[in-house]
Amino acid sequence: MPAIAINNLDLYYGSFQALKGITSFFKEKTITALIGPSGCGKSTLLRCLNRMNDLIDGIRIEGQVLIGDKDIYAPGTDLIQLRKEVGMVFQRPNPFPLSILENVIFGLKIHGQLPSEKKKWEKIAFRALSAVGLWETLKDRLKESALSLTLEQQQRVCIARIVALQSRIVLMDEPCSALDPMATEKIESLMLNLKENFTIVIVTHNMQQAARISEETGFMLLGDLIEFGPTGQIFTKPQDDRTNDYITGRYG
Amino acid sequence: MKEKIIEKILTLLAFSAIGVLLLITVFIFKEGLPVILKAGIKDFLFSAKWAPTKGHFGILAMIISSLAVTFGSIVMGVPLALACAVTLAEFCPPRLLVFLKPTIELLAGIPSVVFGFLGVILLVPIIREYLGGPGLSLLAASIILAIMILPTITSISIDAIQAVPLLYKEGALAMGATHWQAIWLVILPAARSGVVTAIILGMARAIGETMAVIMVAGNALKIPSSLLDPVRTLTSTIALEMGYSAGDHRTALFAAGMILFIFIMALTILANLLMRKK
Ligand SMILES: Nc1ncnc2c1ncn2[C@@H]1O[C@H](COP(=O)(O)OP(=O)(O)OP(=O)(O)O)[C@@H](O)[C@H]1O
Ligand SMILES: [Mg+2]
Repeated sequence: MPAIAINNLDLYYGSFQALKGITSFFKEKTITALIGPSGCGKSTLLRCLNRMNDLIDGIRIEGQVLIGDKDIYAPGTDLIQLRKEVGMVFQRPNPFPLSILENVIFGLKIHGQLPSEKKKWEKIAFRALSAVGLWETLKDRLKESALSLTLEQQQRVCIARIVALQSRIVLMDEPCSALDPMATEKIESLMLNLKENFTIVIVTHNMQQAARISEETGFMLLGDLIEFGPTGQIFTKPQDDRTNDYITGRYG
Repeated sequence: MKEKIIEKILTLLAFSAIGVLLLITVFIFKEGLPVILKAGIKDFLFSAKWAPTKGHFGILAMIISSLAVTFGSIVMGVPLALACAVTLAEFCPPRLLVFLKPTIELLAGIPSVVFGFLGVILLVPIIREYLGGPGLSLLAASIILAIMILPTITSISIDAIQAVPLLYKEGALAMGATHWQAIWLVILPAARSGVVTAIILGMARAIGETMAVIMVAGNALKIPSSLLDPVRTLTSTIALEMGYSAGDHRTALFAAGMILFIFIMALTILANLLMRKK
């Protein structure tokens, strides 16, 4: 069973249709990449998966998104529970202006799962920060503001927040576009590690990045999902001319 | 050429504003200091005996009264102002906010005598009736001041909340926080320095307010022992006595003004420092 099943999803910003009948399946514990030119609807699609689009005025969404076996657009869906299971990493690292420790335990706190003994917090921080490769660097700095970290470290803390919450799915919207190539490489290898435990969907402008880390890739254009398949195939033997044009650089 | 001249004129104007401030400072200190030195700093600040015509210049009761009404107004006004600010910044449709925020700011422009008047005819009788005492009291002054500082604190806090990057809020919501959790755990802490600045400016306004306080505070010169006691603040004393004072009495009022001036300066500088730190 796929981790995420999208079924004939339409999305309108007012009268503008930003997603047109998207149907696709994202596999569990796999990195799926969404590529396509600017404005084609990648972020919009990604934000449908944790219903962050709900915040926008005048938006209309039709169709189904199944996560596990639940349609998250069915009436009565618990958004809080949904977003606990489906975490999101943003383009600009956005650790809260709180301490590193407070950032890491934030999710557990809001979901009422934070143990009251402060001693246990360090253990939570240990697990989450180890998972993102920051424990050794930060173990003595947990009380410092997360904003004092480098951008790369901030992005890792943002991932650690999701790890601590034990989400199952991580949505990443161009998580490296604010980072330099070195940092990008490190975050990419982190993603490959995280794949063991998480289903990852990543939106990226960077085709090499999609090719390097993802198993499956979807190519979008003007709100359509043009082609979806194993990454190797999309980049070497695309079935659709438009995909071919894009990966050979004809759209920019 | 023409621009050069305009620029010169503007610079001159800017400097003259600073010059005026300097002049005021020098003037107040020059007028006030001698009497402090004469009475002794200790007797001036820490004695409650104020009989300037008989050589007693203790302003302790006034200092305590000023601080008490200010503190009272903060205790009552800040939670209310923050509630207003959060509601308006986070729950109010933007189109309504465009209309409501200037309305609130307009409140700040209502002459203080109007607030005092409302206090006298509405608030004071209620206090007298239901809580006892003369009605004209520390409590009445605190409540009126709380209302008066509401617009300042609300308006600056709204700006501070709106200046918090949307990304923080999105980050919190994306983890499953409720809107309230996002506000309480992320947005308000992120807006903290702005909100504290707002509170300090509110304090400066409260401690410096004169007319409304004179009208509702009762103006009895003693250290208050309950919320229902009448009080007389530094500002009230200066305003009430300046007209007929002469000699040392007059200078003592300047000295009281000096203390007030120092309080307000300190608060304003603190507010500016905090704003810059952000
Ligand atoms: N809040 C909104 N209101 C109206 N239209 C929007 C809104 N957000 C996005 N759009 C439009 O929807 C389309 C898809 O936007 P989206 O942000 O999903 O594109 P994207 O593929 O992520 O682009 P980019 O690569 O630049 O991030 C664009 O045409 C955009 O202008
Ligand atoms: Mg995007």
